[in-house]
Amino acid sequence: MALRAAVLRHLRLPIQTSPWRSGGSLRLMSSHDDHITKDEVIDRVLSVVKDFPKVDPSKVTPDVHFQKDLGLDSLDNVEIVMALEEEFKLEIPDKEADKIDSTHLAIEYISNHPMAS
Amino acid sequence: MSMLFHASRRLSISRSFCFYRTISSSSTPFPPPPVVSSRRVLVTGLGMVTPLGCGVDKTWKNLIEGKCGVRELCLEDLKMSAFDKETQFSTFDQLSSKVAAIVPTGTNPGEFNQDIWLNSKDNRSIARFIAYALCAADEALKDSNWFPTEQEDKERTGVSIGGGTGSISDILDSAQLICEKRLRRLSPFFIPRILINMASGHVSMKYGLQGPNHAAVTACATGAHSIGDAVRMIQFGDADVMVAGGTESSIDALSIAGFCRSRALSTKYNSIPQEASRPFDTGRDGFVIGEGSGVLVLEEFEHAKNRGAKVYAEVRGYGMSGDAYHITQPPSDGRGAILAMTHALRQSGLHPSEVDYINAHATSTSLGDAIEATAIKTMFFDPAFSSALAFSSTKGAVGHLLGAAGAVEAIFAVLAIQHGIAPLTLNLTKPDPIFSDGFMPLTESKEMPIRVAMSNSFGFGGTNASLLFSSTGSD
Repeated sequence: MALRAAVLRHLRLPIQTSPWRSGGSLRLMSSHDDHITKDEVIDRVLSVVKDFPKVDPSKVTPDVHFQKDLGLDSLDNVEIVMALEEEFKLEIPDKEADKIDSTHLAIEYISNHPMAS
Repeated sequence: MSMLFHASRRLSISRSFCFYRTISSSSTPFPPPPVVSSRRVLVTGLGMVTPLGCGVDKTWKNLIEGKCGVRELCLEDLKMSAFDKETQFSTFDQLSSKVAAIVPTGTNPGEFNQDIWLNSKDNRSIARFIAYALCAADEALKDSNWFPTEQEDKERTGVSIGGGTGSISDILDSAQLICEKRLRRLSPFFIPRILINMASGHVSMKYGLQGPNHAAVTACATGAHSIGDAVRMIQFGDADVMVAGGTESSIDALSIAGFCRSRALSTKYNSIPQEASRPFDTGRDGFVIGEGSGVLVLEEFEHAKNRGAKVYAEVRGYGMSGDAYHITQPPSDGRGAILAMTHALRQSGLHPSEVDYINAHATSTSLGDAIEATAIKTMFFDPAFSSALAFSSTKGAVGHLLGAAGAVEAIFAVLAIQHGIAPLTLNLTKPDPIFSDGFMPLTESKEMPIRVAMSNSFGFGGTNASLLFSSTGSD
C-alpha cells in the first residue's frame, strides 16, 4: 500500500507541475500539430552532439556511436543525453537513456517521442 | 551461478594444494614475512601553485622579499554563479571574514593558467583543487626530469597527493538542484569532481604512474602526512619514486562561512587584507583562508644517484601524533606538537641543537600560535645547550593553505636548506609576550647556513605531523 501511495504521489507530480499534459486529447492535438519533423530532429541532435566539448564536430554524422566513434566514455554519454533532454524539453527515464549510445538511436528515440518539442 | 561454481572449484584446488603442503611441512606455523630494510629518501623535484604565484621560483622570490598573497575577497571568489545576484550579495554580506589568499590567475609567467589546467575540454571532471595539483605535479616532475616510459619504472612510481576538502562549491551547486527539484540535471561528473583522491588519480593517469596511489585527508596536516606516508612507502619498498604533496581550493561561500562559524578566521583586518595574517603577533585574530598546491618528487637514494638526479635534500624524519583532546583546539601543554617533533627528531638521529630552521605551523590564531611556540621553546631552547635555531611562520605571506599547507611549507623548508635563507614571518610587528630576546620568530628573511630544517603541520581533530629535512653532504 505504501508503495502504491508513493507511486501515485510520484505520478501526480507532472500533472501538478505541467497541467497542459493532463488532458489526453490536448496532448494528442499538440503532438499532432506541433510535432517536429525528422529532419529537424536530425539537425538539432547533431548540433547538440557537435557542441559537446570533447567532441570533434567534423566526425559527427547521423550514424556515429558516442563511445566507439567519438571517444566518449559512459559519463560523457549521460551528459549528452542530459543535453538532448534540455534541447527537446524531454525527460528520458534512465533505463531508456542508457540505451541511447549513438546519434542514430538518439534521432530515432526523439523523433518517435510524442512530447519532443 | 557459474561464477559461484568457478569460485568453489578454485577453492577446492587450493585446498588440496594446501593439504599436500601440510603433509610435507608438518603443521608448523608460517615463518614471519621477510624483513624489509629501510631505505633512504631524497627530494629530487619541486612544484607549487600558491597565492604568491604559480611556480617555485616565483613563490620563493616573493616570499623572501616580504610580499603578501592576501587580498580582499570579492563576490566572484565565492563561486556562486549558479545562484541569483540577490542571494550572492546577501551571502557575501553575512561573511565576517572578507580576506583570502587567492592564487593569481592569468596567462603571464607566474600566473595560474586556467585554460591549460582547469578548463580543459577533454576533462570535465577536473575541479580546481585537482587542477592545482596537476599544475604543481607537472612542475615537480619536470624539475626532477622523471617521466618514466618503461613499464617497470611506471610501476615503481606512485602518487600521494591529499586534500583538506574536495570541491565544496560543486557540492553547493548540486545541493541547489535538490532545492529546485531538478536533480535530473545533476552532472555525472559530480562525484569524480568532489572526491579528494581524484587529484592523485588524475596525476597518475596523466603520466602513467602505476605505483601506490594514495590520498591522505587529515585537515591542515594533510600535506605533511601525504609526504610522510609517501616517504614510508619508498622506505618500505612499495615504490622507488613518489609524487607527493597536498592541494586545496576551498575559497567558496560555504567553506568560508563554515570556518567563520567555527571562529577560526581573521575578521579584524577586512579593510587592510595584507595585514590580516600575522602569526605570533599580538594583533592576530584568526587565520586567512588560502589555496594552492605543493608537490615534491621523492626518490630512493640509489635510484636518484644512478640516474644523476638533482638532489635538494634528504627526508630524515616523519613524526606523527594525535592530541586526543579537542576537535579544534590544541592542549595547552602542546604535547601533541612535542610528540610529533620528538618522533621526527629521533628517526633522524640528530640532536635538537642540530636543527637550524623550523617552519612553524602557526596559522595566526590566538591559541594555536602560542602553544606551538611554547612547544618549540620546550624542545629546542634548552638552557643546557645554546641554540641558534631560527623559526618563522610563512603563513603571514601565503595565508593558510589548509590541505596544501604542509606540502607548500615542506617545500619552503627544503628551499631554506638549498638557498641558505630562512624566510621571514610577515606582519610580525608586535611579538606575543611569550617571546623574548633569545627566543624570537624571524621578522626578516635571514641568510644563514641551514643543514637541517623542520616543518610542522597540525590539523583539526588533533592530528599532528612533523617533517625533518637535511642537506645531503655525504653518501
